[in-house]
Amino acid sequence: MAKSLHLKLDYDQLTNCMRCGFCLPACPTYRETGVEPESPRGRIALMKAVADGIMDPDLAFQKQMNHCLGCRACEPVCPADVKYGQLIEQARDAIEDHANHSVSVNGIRKLVFQGIFPHRKRLKWLGRSLFFYQKSGLRKVVRGSGVMRLFPQHLSEMERILPEATARGVVERLGTFYPAKGETIARVAFFRGCIMDVLFSETNVNTVKLLSEAGFEVVIPNEQACCGALHAHSGEMELAKQLARTNLKVFKEAGVEYIVSNAGGCGALLVEYDHLLREDPEYHELAKWFASRVIDVSLLVLEHGRIPEFAQANTDSSEPLTITYQDSCHLRNVMKSSSAPRQLMRQVANVRFIEMKESDRCCGSAGIYNVTQPQMSGQLLEHKMEHANRTGAKYLLSSNPGCLLQMKLGIHRSGVSEQMEAKHVVDFLYERIVETPQPSDGTT
Amino acid sequence: MLDQALSQKLRQIVGENYYRDDREALVAHSYDGTPMLQSLPDGVIYPDNTQQVAEIIKHLAEHRVPVVTRGSGTNLSGGTVPVHGGVVMVMHRMNRILDIDLQNLTATVQPGILTGDFITHIESLGLFYPPDPSSMRISTIGGNIAECSGGLRGLKYGTTKDYVIGLEAVLASGEIIRTGGKLMKDVAGYDLTKLLVGSEGTLAVITEATLKLVPPPKSKKTMIAMYKDLYGAARTVSRIIEAKMIPATLEFMDNPTIRVVDDYAKLGLKRDMDAILLIEQDGDPEAVERDIERIREICESEKADQIEVAKNQEHAEKLLTARRSAFTALARLRPTTILEDATVPRSQIAEMVLRINEIAQKYNVTIATFGHAGDGNLHPTATTDARDADEIHRVELAFEEIFEAAIELGGTITGEHGVGMVKAPYLEWKIGKTGIEIMRGIKQAFDPHNLLNPGKMFANESRKRVVLNRA
Repeated sequence: MAKSLHLKLDYDQLTNCMRCGFCLPACPTYRETGVEPESPRGRIALMKAVADGIMDPDLAFQKQMNHCLGCRACEPVCPADVKYGQLIEQARDAIEDHANHSVSVNGIRKLVFQGIFPHRKRLKWLGRSLFFYQKSGLRKVVRGSGVMRLFPQHLSEMERILPEATARGVVERLGTFYPAKGETIARVAFFRGCIMDVLFSETNVNTVKLLSEAGFEVVIPNEQACCGALHAHSGEMELAKQLARTNLKVFKEAGVEYIVSNAGGCGALLVEYDHLLREDPEYHELAKWFASRVIDVSLLVLEHGRIPEFAQANTDSSEPLTITYQDSCHLRNVMKSSSAPRQLMRQVANVRFIEMKESDRCCGSAGIYNVTQPQMSGQLLEHKMEHANRTGAKYLLSSNPGCLLQMKLGIHRSGVSEQMEAKHVVDFLYERIVETPQPSDGTT
Repeated sequence: MLDQALSQKLRQIVGENYYRDDREALVAHSYDGTPMLQSLPDGVIYPDNTQQVAEIIKHLAEHRVPVVTRGSGTNLSGGTVPVHGGVVMVMHRMNRILDIDLQNLTATVQPGILTGDFITHIESLGLFYPPDPSSMRISTIGGNIAECSGGLRGLKYGTTKDYVIGLEAVLASGEIIRTGGKLMKDVAGYDLTKLLVGSEGTLAVITEATLKLVPPPKSKKTMIAMYKDLYGAARTVSRIIEAKMIPATLEFMDNPTIRVVDDYAKLGLKRDMDAILLIEQDGDPEAVERDIERIREICESEKADQIEVAKNQEHAEKLLTARRSAFTALARLRPTTILEDATVPRSQIAEMVLRINEIAQKYNVTIATFGHAGDGNLHPTATTDARDADEIHRVELAFEEIFEAAIELGGTITGEHGVGMVKAPYLEWKIGKTGIEIMRGIKQAFDPHNLLNPGKMFANESRKRVVLNRA
């Protein structure tokens, strides 16, 4: 493994880290523990020590690499512009090459990374099964039987807060083309995502309709694949690349000006496809074309669209509606979009936007981190909910499915389900749109 | 690796989780913010209170094991690299504010508290703690005291040493001493408080500090002046001081820095300028207005090419961006950034900058200079690559000559980063043989077995930096 770390780690990036320590206060795991190895500077030092041969990539090293959330809050504060996110992925990739997982973990990894996520039909099947489980009474039986007690607490809680799944994703509901309302500003493609399309298909539908209201005609290529983010973050780099190549072909054929994402986690990998495929001579140019077109829905609407008029749904109440926002780390730190969603939210009538303390700090969801590292994840979520609750917000908004699930879990755990609801920014906005009347010149 | 019985004892003192000697802990405590230095300790310990520190030190002393105390390890002189192995003692758990005394205007804190957190708390009480090292968001008060950190407000408000009025510390023997107190006047014997501030962990382990607080300034104003002539900028600095004005901040950037900053931050700076001065004054609003107006006149009479006084806070932030971007812009040029802190009397700034530029040219290396013009504390910063042994050698030669030039101009080898390992070979240049002898005598009195942060401050023969070669 030392050898493959030596091969895979970018030694230039390791050298670029000048150990100034500016990343330390930005790092959630360092903040929680105060221990140097739990910081970006520490983890880079460990990687460099392995590459330099003064340390073995032992179990502690592997654990430490996996303990990083990958939130990349360290990158914007780094004076030397060290690409930490890439380093941690390279380290995990090398570790996975030699991983000695138990048979069951291997089975689950294979099932998730190879068996489900790359296959659209199987995802739909998963959505259908989950829907069946949730609706058929089976869930009642399971919960009643106490069998969930056999699982760790965080998993049984997760089962409770999971939104209703569906096999009917955005394409099944809207088709592969949706026209613009009013004059067309641009033709865009929508990246629907995997979790988003199974657990938040309503949000996907609302995203397309919001884009249409803002003046974009939307193509939703049905052959698009999973973005590969979960794979890349878990050290399954080759699979991530395969998925990326599929997406490049599919979206190139769509002939669009922008590729729109509504999930920070997916968008962040899409926007870095050029880096992912930097050593692929056949696809690198196409990857650059693709990456330069990826944009988050909020930013696209705000900067290039006709911003629809948003009114508060319940206009009887004179008391303003209080909302707050949890940044998606990858939307903020990688796609560099933190002000666009806030600016849009503030345009809704009679809304009081209260910034929660440390809204820019990771909530602990981080892909599948909340499943693999429940303790650290739980600690981070606890702090997060203290800050969220202090705002007194009715809606806790976010821009990524992982964050949304984590927020739902947090609301459930801190017992405020009566007062607070977690929602995707797009849903919040779309539900408040004052529909544009059809233009008089007859264009549709 | 330490003797089994000793490590067992250390575990007993702090608890199983707070003594570590696994590879991960050793590697992660083998460096600090200084480029190209690395050395593995034998163990890492995280004490929780003074009694534990005393017990740890007693046992280490019995076994003659060295100890390096550290906070966040942001320092730039190699001060916390365990070159002689031994135990690294991390003070992060001792991070409480013990007392804020509003009648005496003092705060008593443990050393592990982050300086930024401390300052935020103090300011929320309507008070002011002026020392503001650039690393304050992550550096600890204990580390600031050990290194006597400076910062941008040093000119008007002084540095860390001017605010530490009492200390509790553990000696090399494990005994605990207290110096000073909540007193503004105290001449009972030698001033051990001042002696420990800036002693870089070589005399004692600081376990508690009493700090002086002051009322905050009521208002602040920011301006920037650009010069085609370096001497014009330098004369401006001297004339401001001559006119009996002490600005809160008086910062400087040379032409190579201006170019790099403009490339990076796209501020539209004029690239043919030889120098930029960034000036801030704070205090009562009327006095601030008056000072800024007079400073502007001085800048004009020294033929500043362009002068801008900030109209509001937002505009001030924009002007500050240039200076704030300097480090980031330089750090991105090349993989290795070596930032030094040669300091000269402020009347010699122009001369020093010209000498630095000549030296850089002579050794064919890139060195940009920015820094605190008001207190003569310059940061000649080399952008290089640790893997290029030949270039690194030339950089070292260049810095050697830069330190020599600083001394020649009546300056010093370090203004705020400390001696540590990096400046140790040059300390004698500044304080002379007798100076070294007297300092060694003090060290001997405090630490007869040379166990507290050995290898720092006093050089052996070597003038070279320890470069870790890629295996």
